[in-house]
Amino acid sequence: MTALTTKPTSMEAHPFASPEHSSTVDTKYKMIAENVTVSYGGIDAVKNVTMKFKEKSVTALIGPSGCGKTTFLRCLNRMHDMTKNAKVTGKVMIDDIDLYSKEIDPIYHRRKVGMVFQKPNPFPTMSIYDNVTAGLRLNGVRDKKILDEIVEDSLKMAYLWDEVKNDLKKSAIELSGGQQQRLCIARALAIQPEVLLMDEPASALDPIATQKIEETIIELKNDYTIIIVTHNMQQAIRVSDYTGFMYLGDLIEFRETKKLFTDPKDELTAKYVQGHFG
Amino acid sequence: MLFLHQKTVDKVNLNLKKRRVISDKVFKIGATVAGTYVLVIVVLMAFQLVSESYPIWEEEGLSFITKTDWNAVEDRESFGALPYILGTLTTSAIAMMIGVPLSIGIAMFISDAPSKIGAPLGFLVELLAAVPSVIYGLWGLFVFRVYFRDWIETPLHNAFGDNVWLFSGNPYGLDILTASVILAIMIIPTVSAVSREIMKAVPQQQKEAAYMLGATKWEMFKLAIFPYSKTGLIGASILGLGRAVGETMAVTMLIGNATGIGAIPSSLFGPSQTMSSIIANEFVEASPASIHMPALIGVGLILLLIAIVINVVAHLLVTRMLKIKEGAINN
Amino acid sequence: MNSIQDKRQEYRSLFKQNVAKRLLVDKAVGIIVFSCVIIAIIPLGSILVEVFKNGLTAISIEFLTETPGSAGSGEGGIGPAIQGTLIVIGLSSMIGVPIGVMSGIFLSEYGDNVLARFIRFFNDVFMEFPSIILGIFAFLVIVLVLGHFSVWAGAFALSLIMFPIVARTTEESLKMVPMTYREAGTALGLKKWVITFRIVISAAKSGMVTGILLSVSRIGGETAPLIMTILGSSQFFSSMDTPMDALPLRIWRLSLLPYDSAQLQGWGAALVLIMIILGINLGIKYYFMNKKNGFFGQLIKQRRNDIK
Repeated sequence: MTALTTKPTSMEAHPFASPEHSSTVDTKYKMIAENVTVSYGGIDAVKNVTMKFKEKSVTALIGPSGCGKTTFLRCLNRMHDMTKNAKVTGKVMIDDIDLYSKEIDPIYHRRKVGMVFQKPNPFPTMSIYDNVTAGLRLNGVRDKKILDEIVEDSLKMAYLWDEVKNDLKKSAIELSGGQQQRLCIARALAIQPEVLLMDEPASALDPIATQKIEETIIELKNDYTIIIVTHNMQQAIRVSDYTGFMYLGDLIEFRETKKLFTDPKDELTAKYVQGHFG
Repeated sequence: MLFLHQKTVDKVNLNLKKRRVISDKVFKIGATVAGTYVLVIVVLMAFQLVSESYPIWEEEGLSFITKTDWNAVEDRESFGALPYILGTLTTSAIAMMIGVPLSIGIAMFISDAPSKIGAPLGFLVELLAAVPSVIYGLWGLFVFRVYFRDWIETPLHNAFGDNVWLFSGNPYGLDILTASVILAIMIIPTVSAVSREIMKAVPQQQKEAAYMLGATKWEMFKLAIFPYSKTGLIGASILGLGRAVGETMAVTMLIGNATGIGAIPSSLFGPSQTMSSIIANEFVEASPASIHMPALIGVGLILLLIAIVINVVAHLLVTRMLKIKEGAINN
Repeated sequence: MNSIQDKRQEYRSLFKQNVAKRLLVDKAVGIIVFSCVIIAIIPLGSILVEVFKNGLTAISIEFLTETPGSAGSGEGGIGPAIQGTLIVIGLSSMIGVPIGVMSGIFLSEYGDNVLARFIRFFNDVFMEFPSIILGIFAFLVIVLVLGHFSVWAGAFALSLIMFPIVARTTEESLKMVPMTYREAGTALGLKKWVITFRIVISAAKSGMVTGILLSVSRIGGETAPLIMTILGSSQFFSSMDTPMDALPLRIWRLSLLPYDSAQLQGWGAALVLIMIILGINLGIKYYFMNKKNGFFGQLIKQRRNDIK
């Protein structure tokens, strides 16, 4: 395994920090993860990973089970605060603000990062409407007209509006799996995030629902920075602009999707991409 | 791992079939008998309680439940269970009003705290359940009552006694409120332990969804935990009610032991009597020749029926909640 | 494109700058729930402190071994009460434990049918019966029939509290033993009762013992069922057919007397009772701690290895 035998100390020297691209334009990075390490009880699940995410792009994280891609993703909105025994070091910057800085409470900025989970998890006792507005009500938005507007807007972006517009008061769990997942996307979008994290969002869904989700992602790319964890390489090729390959906690390679899959630089990446291990 | 030759396996199977062994049959019968013991006891108990209390039902009919007399004097015997039914329900209701919020707060704290803090605190709360009822009564009688009377009951009575009928009785300390507060303390271990289990049963993904929206811990409880576990928490509370209803000694020692009309709950600071306490106080004094004892047994029968109904309802709510956790909510 | 961005910004601007307030509310709730815990623990602390503080002054050899003096004299002790408690707990266990264990075995090993579901339900309901009703029942079927108060009646009443608890904990402990243990026994040609007692129960032993000890500590403090069965007494145990004293009964009766000396004796009796109960509970913890590493733990490990 080639991996990184030396750990560069400055970000500029890190060979894979920013995805290589041919353009010379000074690109804006919406989110930058710097030297992120996650350890559970002494074992490092994510080892010193640094990645920069361009705004309005889709970045896929791929790798075999247990490589740390989901663990890394959950660092980006401090979801590990909920996990006992998890220790996270490093920085995660949104627009130059470090989410992990000791000065600010993460609540202030977690709203900027929406998340969609592997299994759809709408709030079961609430209606479709209330699920979408849940985050809005937390933030003090009460005006019914505004709420209606945002609900419609979010459900449309999630490609769910047409299917449920006549029955928004229906309970969320009466929807099918695919619809529930799109509802969760709408719920995350309703709080007007700037970054959207998706953890294998289609893995629990049938192929048709999966296709709808992927269409949604491609549409959303125009407005949001999306980071998606997937074990499905075809999906990564279909929806993402950049792909990062992780293995056993290390970030092995991080490039434009087309280039990573057709001409991988690292031997390990090549093996994974060709399906030699999963 | 056992490695057995096929011939040996066949031989063993044959032997097993041949002796559907007598000793095993005896064992099975013994176990079954032991199992059905509880059914026999319940049936026997029902029969005994009904038949031994029959004289009072014969004498008063169903009005036994609504009358308020309590006169054991020969030739003028008259008994009514109503004051004690009201006493039980009043003290239990107040105990719930105080104990359930405390228990849910405790469950919230312990379910969310790191186990280094949560485990010892949870242990201490559960230790409350190990203290016998009579010692709660002793402590209540000689320690708690004094402070409670002087620092809470008397000031309340002096301030509001004339206007608010709740505070109108003369606070001596042996009254409904004191008994109810001790009762509240006694149900906390049960209600908080069950509530804690119910809250733990909320799937992690629900909490994560709330968290993702930027919710504070309290908001996460409001969004993800309480709506999901509402049924179970109600069940836990009713379980506490069941405990309170059946509690005897601590209540007996603190409730002031009134009888008859004087036992009807009138103010928080007035004495009263519960179904279990009247039995504890008078059972061994009751003359077998009178219908005093059947009256007490009749009270016991009513108490038993109320306790059974409450506990069955509580169990249904709690197990329904825990079963939902096992089955998936999502399709 | 820009209009969409503008729309987003506009929506965002509607969010109230309420995070600081929300964090404050969260902190306040945190304080409230913590105080709930403190409010619950204070009585526990007070009870233990008062029982030890007051009870200790009453304790002496005479106190622990003599019969009660005349009411209010401050003389005598609680000897009969201590003896009575031990006797009635012992007898009650002799009745309740075998029934409870066999019941638990039934529910666990033969429990896959409608009858067992029925029994389990009744067991759970019965566990919640008010204990004073159990006392009435024992009175009716034993005291009334015999014509006098009886130690058997007290033991029987307490056994009714014990056996459902033992049945439930036994069933749960047995159910935790993996099926492979039983299958191994069957493959060896062992009879079912042998398998159950020698293999399954020895694996489930610590859980079962814990359940039994917990139920013993529970009945040790029970008062109500004893009121109309053994009644209470000032004499040591003389026969099964006479009233007998017990610690909870004595505590109650002492608390009803208007004398300070009686009150003091009550605290002393309470101290003895708490020590017995705490002793059992702590004994359980100690047993558990030793489970893996201690003598019994090694025995269990050895047995398991033998089976393999």
